[in-house]
Amino acid sequence: MDSIAIHGLRKSFRKDLPPAVDLREDVSISKGELFGIIGPDGAGKTTLFRMLATLISPDAGSAVLEGLDIVRDYRKIRTLIGYMPGRFSLYPDLTVRENLEFFASVFGKDVGSNYALIGNIYCRLKPFEDRKAGNLSGGMKQKLALCCSLIHSPAVLFLDEPTTGVDPSSRRELWENLAQLKASGMTIVVSTAYMDEADRCDRVAMMKAGRFLTVDSPAAIVRSFDRPLLAVRSDDMFRLLHDLRAMEEVEKCYTFGDTHHVTLKPGADADAAAIASRLEPNHSGLEAGPVQATLEDCYMNLEEK
Amino acid sequence: MKEFFAFVRKEFLHIFRDRRTLLVLIGLPAVLIVLFGFAISTEIRNVNIGYMSPDDDVHIDRLMDKICRSDYFTYSGRYLSEREADDAMRRGEADVVLMFGDDFMSRLYSSEGAEVSVVADAVNPNNASMEVMYLTGIITDYFREDIMMAASLQAMQDQSPVSAAIAPAGSLTPNLRMLYNPQLKSSYNFVPGIMGLILMLICSLMTSVSIVREKETGSMEVLLVSPVKPINIIVAKMLPYFVISCAVLINILLLTVFVLKVPVAGSFFWMILVSVIYIILSLGIGMLVSSLVRTQIIATLICGMIFLVPVMMFSGMLYPIESMPVALQWFAQTIPAKWFIEAMRKIMIEGVPVQYVAKEILVMTGMAVVIFAAAVVKFNDKLD
Repeated sequence: MDSIAIHGLRKSFRKDLPPAVDLREDVSISKGELFGIIGPDGAGKTTLFRMLATLISPDAGSAVLEGLDIVRDYRKIRTLIGYMPGRFSLYPDLTVRENLEFFASVFGKDVGSNYALIGNIYCRLKPFEDRKAGNLSGGMKQKLALCCSLIHSPAVLFLDEPTTGVDPSSRRELWENLAQLKASGMTIVVSTAYMDEADRCDRVAMMKAGRFLTVDSPAAIVRSFDRPLLAVRSDDMFRLLHDLRAMEEVEKCYTFGDTHHVTLKPGADADAAAIASRLEPNHSGLEAGPVQATLEDCYMNLEEK
Repeated sequence: MKEFFAFVRKEFLHIFRDRRTLLVLIGLPAVLIVLFGFAISTEIRNVNIGYMSPDDDVHIDRLMDKICRSDYFTYSGRYLSEREADDAMRRGEADVVLMFGDDFMSRLYSSEGAEVSVVADAVNPNNASMEVMYLTGIITDYFREDIMMAASLQAMQDQSPVSAAIAPAGSLTPNLRMLYNPQLKSSYNFVPGIMGLILMLICSLMTSVSIVREKETGSMEVLLVSPVKPINIIVAKMLPYFVISCAVLINILLLTVFVLKVPVAGSFFWMILVSVIYIILSLGIGMLVSSLVRTQIIATLICGMIFLVPVMMFSGMLYPIESMPVALQWFAQTIPAKWFIEAMRKIMIEGVPVQYVAKEILVMTGMAVVIFAAAVVKFNDKLD
């Protein structure tokens, strides 16, 4: 059974601006799926989350969550979902424990009854129980926020950029936690701007300017990438970027870690060796070769479609 | 119900964690009451009074002595000419000068009577008119008591024509009585006013700011995505401020009765009831403001400026509503504080039974119902 079924959704905030979210296709997310939404800032991720979490009503389209309509049955939906907004939105003047207890009782639960669900995450916060939430580190804040949105054992969990501003080890922990929650049968929708995280999702939707550009599993998205991709590096990376972009066979060139990734125009008659030989006179330490595409490459190249 | 109490507990925690704000909430009313009660008052005190008289006169001396013996006036000097008196006023040495004409003494006993001019520095018109009023009172009093006594005594003794000139003046004696506030203490007027001001400020400002803060920090988003009914969120927000307002009310009343010594003439019960209605009304205003605005600054400005100024100006606390232009008089009827202050004055100072304040109570209750209805309608359990 589908946990979430979206039948096109549109929301615009001002008449003179293009809509913030403008999904035209049907998307369904099945129960127990870890669904990622990746996209740059301003792609409409937060607006989409707020619509699904019944915080704002769509202008057009509809969506069904656990069999309930997001507009008509929003009160019922609110008992089923957990929502963690992008920015820290707990009470900084209450302690860790007080925050957790408050959110538990808001849902008519007590901390004990669902402790098993958050136990793994909360054990890291336990030593700081009496500390004010406002004095926690960024990663700890996110953990607490996650605990608070999980404490009522929701059927669907929405996490809006949970790893933004969190250190790498906390990010890894968070994704491990999500994997455990998914194993318990929870449907999780998570947005992120980090491509490496998207690999951990069952399926990802790439979002840009309010639209889903593609929805598929990370592996399938990578498989569908059919263009030659080169990795080029030299001692003067900045100049190299300029030179590469100046070449007419090059469709797109962007920095990827410590190399530049280059895609070539369809039908361009060039390979790594040809490119390298043309750059050779101006660059020292030049290396060029074909590479396997990653999700980020797919994303970078999808954008312009 | 459990959710609701969790909310209330959370709100109290917020308030008690923020000790400074709590201190201001509890301390400020006390400071204001004491300040208005003692320091700031419309009563005049220590007015510098001088007199101008070309010749020595025992009556003038005695009159000045009587004037200066009161708390209100302090003797500043005698001037020999009008010019000298004028200079003294310009220098700020004298606030008010009594000018006695030539031959005051002999004219007093003549048939055309004597004249004394009261010249007051009217830069502050309120003070000037008060000074003139007091002085006229003292002078009339003096001449009635002292001179008439002397005159009638004299008349009895020697049947001199002097008595004939003065005696007729005594045939009409105005008998002044200041009801409810015989000492004309300004605290009688200010206490209800300050209560109206403070309760409005605490209730509307604090509730609206505390609701809007949740919107600003984003925690409202999380609260809305929960099964809690929005009305419970709002009521839970108001409850702690209701409790604080009641504490402030009791605080003010204690100060009023025991420190300012303003007696409560009417029923305590009805006074508290009227205040509670007013508190609820103010909480409703705060709630309405919070559902209309998005930022704490705007909420503060609206409650602080838009509500504070009309409360000061149009509630009858500083200026009588009856002397305003008709349009403003109508406007004043819409100010909740006006009805509260009126009711409080009636109960507290005049001590009238409750049926005489029924109108005020009904108007405030009606306002509260309308404002609550509007706030509930305007409250959105979504973000847009």
